[in-house]
Amino acid sequence: MAVPSYATPAERIWYYAFRAICALIFFFLIAPIIVIVPLAFNAEPYFTFTREMLALDPEGYSLRWFRALLGSSEWMGSIRNSFIISISSTIIATALGTLAALGLNRRHMPARGIITAILISPMIVPLIITAAALFSFFARAGLANTFPGIILSHVVLGTPFVVLTVTASLAGFDETLIRASQSLGANQSRTFFKVILPLLLPGVIAGALFAFVTSLDEVVIVNFMAGPAQTPMTVRMFSGLREEISPTILALASLLVALSIILLTTLEMIRRRNERLRGMSPG
Amino acid sequence: MASTDGAIKEPILAADGTPLKQALRRSQARERRAAFLLVAPLLLFILIVFAVPIASMIWRSVYNPEVRNFLPQTAAALQEWDGEDVPPEPVFQAMAADMIVGVEKRTIGRAAARINREIPGARSRMMRTAREVDEWSAPYREKFLEADERWSDLDFWRLLKRETRLVTPAYYLLALDYEYTADGEIRPRPEVYRIYKALFWRTAWMSMLITGICILLAYPISYLMATQPARVANLLLILVLLPFWTSLLVRTSAWIVLLQQQGVINELLVALDIIDSRGRLRMIYNRTGTIIAMTHILLPFMVLPLYSVMKTIPPSYLRAAKSLGAHPFRAWWRVYFPLTIPGLAAGCILVFILAIGYYITPALVGGDSGIFISNLIAQNMQGSSAQLKLAAALATILLVAVLVVYWVFNKLVGVDKLKFG
Repeated sequence: MAVPSYATPAERIWYYAFRAICALIFFFLIAPIIVIVPLAFNAEPYFTFTREMLALDPEGYSLRWFRALLGSSEWMGSIRNSFIISISSTIIATALGTLAALGLNRRHMPARGIITAILISPMIVPLIITAAALFSFFARAGLANTFPGIILSHVVLGTPFVVLTVTASLAGFDETLIRASQSLGANQSRTFFKVILPLLLPGVIAGALFAFVTSLDEVVIVNFMAGPAQTPMTVRMFSGLREEISPTILALASLLVALSIILLTTLEMIRRRNERLRGMSPG
Repeated sequence: MASTDGAIKEPILAADGTPLKQALRRSQARERRAAFLLVAPLLLFILIVFAVPIASMIWRSVYNPEVRNFLPQTAAALQEWDGEDVPPEPVFQAMAADMIVGVEKRTIGRAAARINREIPGARSRMMRTAREVDEWSAPYREKFLEADERWSDLDFWRLLKRETRLVTPAYYLLALDYEYTADGEIRPRPEVYRIYKALFWRTAWMSMLITGICILLAYPISYLMATQPARVANLLLILVLLPFWTSLLVRTSAWIVLLQQQGVINELLVALDIIDSRGRLRMIYNRTGTIIAMTHILLPFMVLPLYSVMKTIPPSYLRAAKSLGAHPFRAWWRVYFPLTIPGLAAGCILVFILAIGYYITPALVGGDSGIFISNLIAQNMQGSSAQLKLAAALATILLVAVLVVYWVFNKLVGVDKLKFG
């Protein structure tokens, strides 16, 4: 949308001013994330750019914080804990959420509205309230300071995303494809695996990714629920940011930024594939 | 007419010979059961692992069992007492009996601790009397008063009678900066203890401010993305989605790096001689820090719904308004803006509800002036059982506030589907 040739001077000024404003806002969004990556390569234990770094002197950069991160059994243990928790909770949340979404989208589902509201509610209730409620409840059930307790609470947080994304991919589902498949001679299971599942899969994967990231990033519940043996990286980061700030945290943060770029790319690829598949179906 | 009547008398049959209506009903019931069975595992899971804990938290915030459970006979005897004078002999007799049982079962300490919270010093007196009471005999009233004249204290007995109720609003009063006086009236707490109401208001207005800033920042860029060709829009969308997918702690630590006194922005300003080294800006560990960091973290939640709505508005509407003589601003205000309200509402409710319950970012960058009510809930959760109950009361108030906000928004604009990415 270039400036039209008939635009008045005021409109021209507004056109460029508007773009400048937008550029600033995008800068505000992205700059903080970009800035921590070079700082993680700082040779000095500072949280800011040194003169050597600004002069692009190789002396100013080093991998010492990455080495400190990878060499620390505490950090690596907590990263392992994080992945144990988020992978297990993602698997459970995806299975439960997908089944529920399939049921909710059946034509004859009873009490659909109220049940959907209940299933989505963990997303609306503030985390601190969920944490307060689950912590006291699990403490009495003997599940506080255990992996199952943390995993169960993360399943609660993850399922709404799975239900929503799978529902969304079912909403655009073309029912005639099932009949087409059956009229061409496929039986029920063949139809499910060859027609329904490939169309459903993007929603399932997207939901699983949401559940995974939610669990991986979660601090509030684990902060109360995790004992020393389960401490995940987020809790270690949280206490690190509160007490002894060290660029090791920035090294981990840049690895996490890299992870989010990978996740984002994956989702984008799923979306494109999805559009391509949908594009082939009539209507 | 007669012929059609005759046709209806014979019910239409399904293939297996049952009446069609019945067959249909049966098959629909089967469908319903199948659909429900698919949902049942998750529903059961959410009810047990989410709904029950929330309900039990709400119950705990009003549940007051100590006096009734640990001093049951006294509680019963006090129901007769009018609160005007030192209680009669039966009350003291009941108290003596309760104390003997309490010492045996070692529960007397918990009752004493509960009362001590309201009347400091009551604990040691109760414990001392409890140790002696099994050597006493009727009439107990004189023995109690002989042992310690504070047993004639009317405030103590009134408190005890009040606390025999199984359900108490005491923690809600505390959460709203009120308290019981000795004679059971409700009054505001002394000035120095009043923190919660102010904090609730601060949480509310700061969340509103953050939501407002998010609208101001999200509207232009969503509009820009919506009016660009798909290729450019997708590229710009990545600039929104990358922060969205990046860990909250990473983004918060980025703001600590940028804003602290030895941080990137201050160093830059000093290097450029814009500020003096001693005049470094205080942008973090205060309200400003919380607002900047939270705006950045929540901005994608405003942009995404707004953009998905704006994408569907044909640009020809604006051109039509202008060609009909509307000033560009008027065209935007009367034609474009009303169409974006659903997206705006969805964004507002997401940002506001997320902001009002935020804990991590205020705890890290908020200092003292930038913390939210969640931070005090978290603080109280690590304390005594009374503080746990206060935390439950605070959390319940916050929960009700969030649900009310959600309900009002839903009524006003109808948040049908929250969209992500």
